[in-house]
Amino acid sequence: MWLNGSDLQAIWLTIRLASIVTLILLLIGTPIAWWLARTRSRCQGVIGAVVALPLVLPPSVLGFYLLLAMGPQGPVGQLTRTLGLGALPFTFWGLVLASVFYSLPFMVQPLQNAFEAIGDRPLEVAATLGASPLDAFFSVAVPLARPGFLTASILTFAHTVGEFGVVLMIGGNIPGITRVASVQIYDHVEAMEYTSAHRLSAIMLIFSFLVLLALYAKRPGGRRD
Amino acid sequence: MKHYKLLPLACSFLLLTTTAQAEKIMVAAAADLKFAMDEIVASFNQTHSHGEVQVVYGSSGKFHTQIQQGGPYDLYFSADIDYPRELAKLGLAGSEVTPYAVGRIVLWSNSLDATKLTLESLADPKITRIAMANPKHAPYGKRAEEALRATGLWEKVEEKLVFGENIAQTAQFVQTGNAQVGIVALSLALNPQISKDGGYCLIPDKFHKPLEQGYVITRLGAEKPLAKSFAGYMQSASARTIMVRYGFVLPNETTEK
Repeated sequence: MWLNGSDLQAIWLTIRLASIVTLILLLIGTPIAWWLARTRSRCQGVIGAVVALPLVLPPSVLGFYLLLAMGPQGPVGQLTRTLGLGALPFTFWGLVLASVFYSLPFMVQPLQNAFEAIGDRPLEVAATLGASPLDAFFSVAVPLARPGFLTASILTFAHTVGEFGVVLMIGGNIPGITRVASVQIYDHVEAMEYTSAHRLSAIMLIFSFLVLLALYAKRPGGRRD
Repeated sequence: MKHYKLLPLACSFLLLTTTAQAEKIMVAAAADLKFAMDEIVASFNQTHSHGEVQVVYGSSGKFHTQIQQGGPYDLYFSADIDYPRELAKLGLAGSEVTPYAVGRIVLWSNSLDATKLTLESLADPKITRIAMANPKHAPYGKRAEEALRATGLWEKVEEKLVFGENIAQTAQFVQTGNAQVGIVALSLALNPQISKDGGYCLIPDKFHKPLEQGYVITRLGAEKPLAKSFAGYMQSASARTIMVRYGFVLPNETTEK
């Protein structure tokens, strides 16, 4: 086989992580994006800025704070312990939690844009036809924002696949649990196994390009006719 | 218009500041040297006012790769002497490869009384996380794995192991409370900042190959007098005293004894 067992394990782990994070963020990110798109609250700016933080924050900052927060003395660590979930660092679910933070803007921002583009009019029409706000959201807003959902999900998935710094800081490099593809490549390079590093890296490169191609090729507008 | 006149001035200022410090060398040092090397460099810089030694710390394997790819280091202190030896074989060395110390691994903890720990206690179910350096490329990790295998404990504790990128990150996993015990370098456990929080016990060195550490002046540093004088300073009494204080066994002492 072209890739060895631990490479395949790392790829599978990465896909599993990215899928779960994308699903969780669809659930969490949608209401946040909806609220950000519709609200006139003064907090909008603050919440928007908090959501966007991972775009500019170095992964080391996020990794460092998560390591402290999820540790036995940290607030998250104490919470998970009282809930009987144990400590989160060096676990798969610890990575999921970190990635949810790290990829949050990649879900929320495209959705927010999509919701804003709908405008008030379709929702007002739905309301005059007797639709409840929840009904209007699911039968009007969601179908209209479908391209936004697609973009947001693809970006979130891809960004989680591309995560490295945070994983290195809180993962502990455990095979099958926290050793994702990017860390596996790093280990190959460190151990000077350049052939193995090349194989995995080429897969990542092609994957990333295809994802972006899918996004940009379907984008309407431009000067193509 | 006034601003345009300032531009050449600003440019020349930037150029001057970069050329003024001609005598400067960059040292790449293994993470286990962090505290000892900081002290040695500080005392060296005091006595050699004409030059400046800068140090970056990291994993020996990474520096090895970087130097092969033209990394900007004049001196390379590796936790495993095989790395600089390999560089010398590739023609990338500017001096002989010189052993400077033998390292030791310890069990270190700040939540348990580590002085009462033995390797066997790692199998205790109360210990759920053990941190060690990545055995794939970190010298201290390789020796830790050898010790665990030699004592037949590897299979029993494998599930609990988490791997630090280098020995400093390994210590940090324990320090933040995320692992109860770490297999770290004695030199880190002896640092005052760290030793005030916890204790350690030595892992008998009969369980692993010696952690023979060596340095080399790289081809880049070969022509720099400061690189030679810093390498010489490592043999001085004051540098050796610092190394011994941090738990390193010096190569000459082992042959004399």
